[in-house]
Amino acid sequence: MRSFKLLLAGAALVLSLGTAQASEAPEFPRQHWSHDGFFGTFDRAALQRGYQVYKEVCSACHSMKQMRFRNLAGIGLDEAQIKALAAEFETTDGPNDDGEMFQRPSRPSDRFRSPFSNDNAARAANGGALPPDLSLIAKNRKGGQDYVYALLTGYADAPQGVTVPEGMHFNKVFPGHLIAMNQPIQPDAVTYADGTKASVEQMAKDVTTFLAFTASPHLEARNSLGVKVMLFLFVLTGLLYAAKRKIWKGLH
Amino acid sequence: MAKYDYVPSPFMSNPIVKWVDHRLPIFEMVDQQLIKYPAPRNLNYWWNFGSLAGVMLVVMILSGIFLAMNYQPNTLAAFDSVERIMRDVNYGWLLRYMHMNGASMFFVVVYIHIARGMYYGSYKAPREILWWLGLLIFLAMMATAFMGYVLPWGQMSFWGATVITNLFSALPLVGKSIVTWLWGGFSVDNPTLNRFFALHYLLPFVIAGLVMLHLWALHVHGSNNPLGIDAKGPQDKIPFHPYYTVKDAFGLSVFLIVYAYFVFFNPYVLGDADNWIPANPMVTPPHIVPEWYFLPFYAILRAVPDKLGGVLLMFGAIAILFVLPWLDTSRVRSGRFRPAFRVFFWVFIVVTITLGWCGAQLPEGIPLILGQVCTVLYFAHFLVFLPLLGWFERPRPLPASIAEPVLTPAAK
Repeated sequence: MRSFKLLLAGAALVLSLGTAQASEAPEFPRQHWSHDGFFGTFDRAALQRGYQVYKEVCSACHSMKQMRFRNLAGIGLDEAQIKALAAEFETTDGPNDDGEMFQRPSRPSDRFRSPFSNDNAARAANGGALPPDLSLIAKNRKGGQDYVYALLTGYADAPQGVTVPEGMHFNKVFPGHLIAMNQPIQPDAVTYADGTKASVEQMAKDVTTFLAFTASPHLEARNSLGVKVMLFLFVLTGLLYAAKRKIWKGLH
Repeated sequence: MAKYDYVPSPFMSNPIVKWVDHRLPIFEMVDQQLIKYPAPRNLNYWWNFGSLAGVMLVVMILSGIFLAMNYQPNTLAAFDSVERIMRDVNYGWLLRYMHMNGASMFFVVVYIHIARGMYYGSYKAPREILWWLGLLIFLAMMATAFMGYVLPWGQMSFWGATVITNLFSALPLVGKSIVTWLWGGFSVDNPTLNRFFALHYLLPFVIAGLVMLHLWALHVHGSNNPLGIDAKGPQDKIPFHPYYTVKDAFGLSVFLIVYAYFVFFNPYVLGDADNWIPANPMVTPPHIVPEWYFLPFYAILRAVPDKLGGVLLMFGAIAILFVLPWLDTSRVRSGRFRPAFRVFFWVFIVVTITLGWCGAQLPEGIPLILGQVCTVLYFAHFLVFLPLLGWFERPRPLPASIAEPVLTPAAK
């Protein structure tokens, strides 16, 4: 009987796994990320390089509305650095006592500035395509951060027989393969302060790390609390098991 | 309600306890229904899932109340308010992940609880009303979970709500009006979100009330047990405390390890990536799927080419459970003594899981056909197999009492 059950369960599992694999297309490889796993932490250097790529490349078209400058403490910047960095940008404030809106340097509590004032303006400037907000991009696409990395490094010449319309570009992993965004990261698009060579793969990896951070800024707190909770539960479970054994012993 | 030979616990002679109990016998109730409450001595770990479901209800209500303090049920603010909880509220991410993954855990626990009842015949006389109350809890849970999923106002929230509420439009004559009435307008919009939030807050307390009735009905005849035979005397029963309090506590701790794994290390895996995109009525996601715990019913809905037929069959898949006590014609409760039933039971489990898989696929090709086959098998289990099994099956002989096989291991 037991073996029959196992057989059924096994068959169901193989069926579901096999077909689930087959229906997932296109494929992209899993990358190694320092923030994966039970003890994962973000690579601070990669986060700061990734922010630089975001700031100098992505932010020309993409908003990041959930992020405030103070959140950059999470990539390893201190208060003074954040203040200085925020002041490089302007935020619309007001109305003032005269009823006028005015521009002032951003403060750490301000949100990242969006490149366009609304979605229609963004579409108008990008050939009708809306550049998505990047705050949560590392978890609101199937495949998450691995997908983002594969997309950024997935530009290629269209295979024979595929016609790429005007204003579109071929990408190996984008659903449908035709994407409005031109290859965003060109070799040496940025100059890293720490001397890291700015290859496409390096920048893609760095900016994806940064996007994983903006999607889950609490990841490190989550992991470290999680490990403690797990340790506590393992000990508690062991104690309760011993208590159960002891209490039930007299019964049999 | 105490039908057994009740011997009060020592604390019952405390003068304060006596003073209170003379006016409101609350200590007596706790002592009779929780501490000295006689339970069958042979309950296995599948019986843990009832108390686990109770714990999950409490976890969901508590985490939900704190989330509600920071949530804004307005289409313009809902998504951002949830992100604010995740990013700026102290331990907001923890509350949110406990609640989000807690819904999945609640359903896992309840599905196992229901399956246990089906395997051991816990729905049979005299526990039919207990079974009904459990099904009502299940229905209320489904409504609560559905409306809760709408609140973050992501893409799947919006489109899931649109698809599911639109099901009612399949009803003849009144369908369209009912949908408008549900929405509070002509599409899923702010009034819908507002009322869903109000109802999502209300229904858990309705569930809590139903749980009280469920426990009341349970305590009239006591728990069923793996042998499915009635207790013959005091040697068949043991007091709930400490035996089952410690067994439930151990089971809870194991369960919490699984729950904590999802909350802390894999909080997104049970949800849909699309729900991290703010709702947009102008963009339909390529593939609208409900949460995993609705997938078997979603597959049944889509197995029928006709919309009304699909809706009726989907609701029928749950409605049929209400008459299960009469569809199962066997007088033996426990599957342990029903060799043929056991095979059909596991086939039913595989059929249901397969339906769940089909529900997650696009309704075409193999998943569609497989879904249709499994839908037929799902209903056949209740309408054909179970009624016939009672007549054709030769159950194995039942033990004379619960204590007999427990105390004389040779009898195994």
